[in-house]
Amino acid sequence: MSVAALKAYDFPAADTQDKFHGAQLLYIGWEDHLLFCAPFAFPFPPTMRFGDVVAGPMQAAFGYHPDYAQIDWAKAEWFKSGKPFAPDFDKSLAENGLRHKDVIRFRTPGLTGIKGSCS
Amino acid sequence: MDMQVAKKKLGLKERYAVMTRGLDWTPSYQKMEDIYPYIAYEGIKIHDWDKWEDPFRLTMDAYWKYQAEKERKLYAIIDAFNQNNGHLNVTDARYINTIKLFISGISPLEYVAHRGFAHAGRAFPGPGPRVACLMQSLDEIRHAQTQVHSISNYNKYYNGMHDFHQAHDRVWFLSVPKSFFDDAITAGPFEFMVSIGFSFEYVLTNLLFVPFVSGAAYNGDMGTMTFGFSAQSDEARHMTLGLEVIKFILEQDPANVPIVQRWIDKWTWRGYRVLTLVAMMMDYMLPKRTMSWKEAWEVYFEENGGALFKDLARYGIKMPKCAEQIALEKDHLSHQAWSTFYNYAAAANFHTWMPDEDEMAWLAAKYPASFDKHYRPRYEFWREQAAKGNRFYNKTLPMLCQTCQIPMIFTEPGDATKICYREVDYKGDKYHFCSDHCKEIFEHEPEKYVQAWLPVHQIYQGNCFPEGTDPTVEGFDPLAAVLEYYKLEHGRDNLDFDVSEDKKNFAEWRGQATKNI
Repeated sequence: MSVAALKAYDFPAADTQDKFHGAQLLYIGWEDHLLFCAPFAFPFPPTMRFGDVVAGPMQAAFGYHPDYAQIDWAKAEWFKSGKPFAPDFDKSLAENGLRHKDVIRFRTPGLTGIKGSCS
Repeated sequence: MDMQVAKKKLGLKERYAVMTRGLDWTPSYQKMEDIYPYIAYEGIKIHDWDKWEDPFRLTMDAYWKYQAEKERKLYAIIDAFNQNNGHLNVTDARYINTIKLFISGISPLEYVAHRGFAHAGRAFPGPGPRVACLMQSLDEIRHAQTQVHSISNYNKYYNGMHDFHQAHDRVWFLSVPKSFFDDAITAGPFEFMVSIGFSFEYVLTNLLFVPFVSGAAYNGDMGTMTFGFSAQSDEARHMTLGLEVIKFILEQDPANVPIVQRWIDKWTWRGYRVLTLVAMMMDYMLPKRTMSWKEAWEVYFEENGGALFKDLARYGIKMPKCAEQIALEKDHLSHQAWSTFYNYAAAANFHTWMPDEDEMAWLAAKYPASFDKHYRPRYEFWREQAAKGNRFYNKTLPMLCQTCQIPMIFTEPGDATKICYREVDYKGDKYHFCSDHCKEIFEHEPEKYVQAWLPVHQIYQGNCFPEGTDPTVEGFDPLAAVLEYYKLEHGRDNLDFDVSEDKKNFAEWRGQATKNI
């Protein structure tokens, strides 16, 4: 469907990639850890190494949780738009097929939050 | 000699006819569609504007007289409240955060409602609805003003309210109520009337004003309570107008029914998402609770709203389908919202805190199916950490829903352990949503919602720093720059209640008022 209007209704989208000064948005959520109330939004250059995202910004964002230090990254399960996803930590975001405003989630088997409450 | 016969006074009905419909005329040298350009494009068909029933028969002269009388009384009470340091009689200083939420989240909406009803009134060719819209437009600007005046006394003593209108335009979470109303006033006049006049003022109003006003009454805030009572007679008129609008549109043409149904579905959901703020206010921010959010939803929506939609069934209108999901969320909504503000307490214009033991017991009793299982462990952890000097302040920006603009905090209907993710591809970009309902609203008018001013994305685009800021200099602190843009002072307007100036000052002033120190 489209908007009902008196005349041509054509306005630019507010969040196209060209407005982010060379960065693209990536959303990252940690399953079973709702102590962080929502997935995070990050602006990263497409050339950034996936492993650097995990070691840097993700550590800073999720590190408050006592489970984060216990993560065995070899066992983590990844999802992109809800479907299984196998990121290569040595490749860039773009090389991993991640585009502007993609959403990825990770599950850390055995780690289910504060007292197993998914918090 | 001729007898002087006093001229007969007009009866109420005649007077009303003269003062409303008698003021209308049929244009002779301009076309109706040029004078009323917005009346056809939404697809609503009106065949006879005279079928409009005027439930109140209020005329403008009576309106002024009546409102002036009410406001004289209101201002007398506000003066008495202020002169007697009424702010020190509230239950506890945490309550004042409710007022901060109200002045920055709700009062600016009254002003926008004023503009919206003025616009809708101008757009309608029928004199009946035009006069009704004019009066509601005036009510709304009076409400904005009287709220600002009632609350300004608190602003003299407490933080976070000093620039509420700027906060409304800029602070991240206030884009939720702001964009809700922007969505309504940028729709056509009929959709505006269904969105605000019916869905908001009729279906959901008891969940907005009653909690704030009874919350004020329960917590010793006579100023805000008096404002609420003063507005009550206007609200009754607004509710009646909202219902009259719906019935009038539905009776005019059967083709109007599916359009109105879609608007009711959309605006019940949009309004409910805004009420997330009220839900957490009721369950967490009132030191003396009135009722739980869940109880309020059950009484005001499931019971009262259920009866309303049964009544509308004869027009072919059904209960909005989102009601099923809302019923599943009622055990979780307020807790997920409070957790969010606890997370982002460094970026809000009010304080948050962890509930104490008694309050946790209250929450567990009101929410036996969810609180102890899902939320208590989280809160206890946060409380322990805060006691160790490690209070959680989430400094990474959250992902937002494209439609309601709330962070993606809501869980899957029926599974409180999984965040609900929905997405759509549109013209080469991805758009994300908190729910099926927000997704459907987007899909119906994607051209509108792709323009959304999402605070998180705007920050990352560099649009939320004070003018002249250079984000490329070394050591640039984006959070500090954003707070400056919000005109919030770090350490004063934000952070935990426990470390707030409000808490300290209130205790000191109340001590002076009640003890010999």
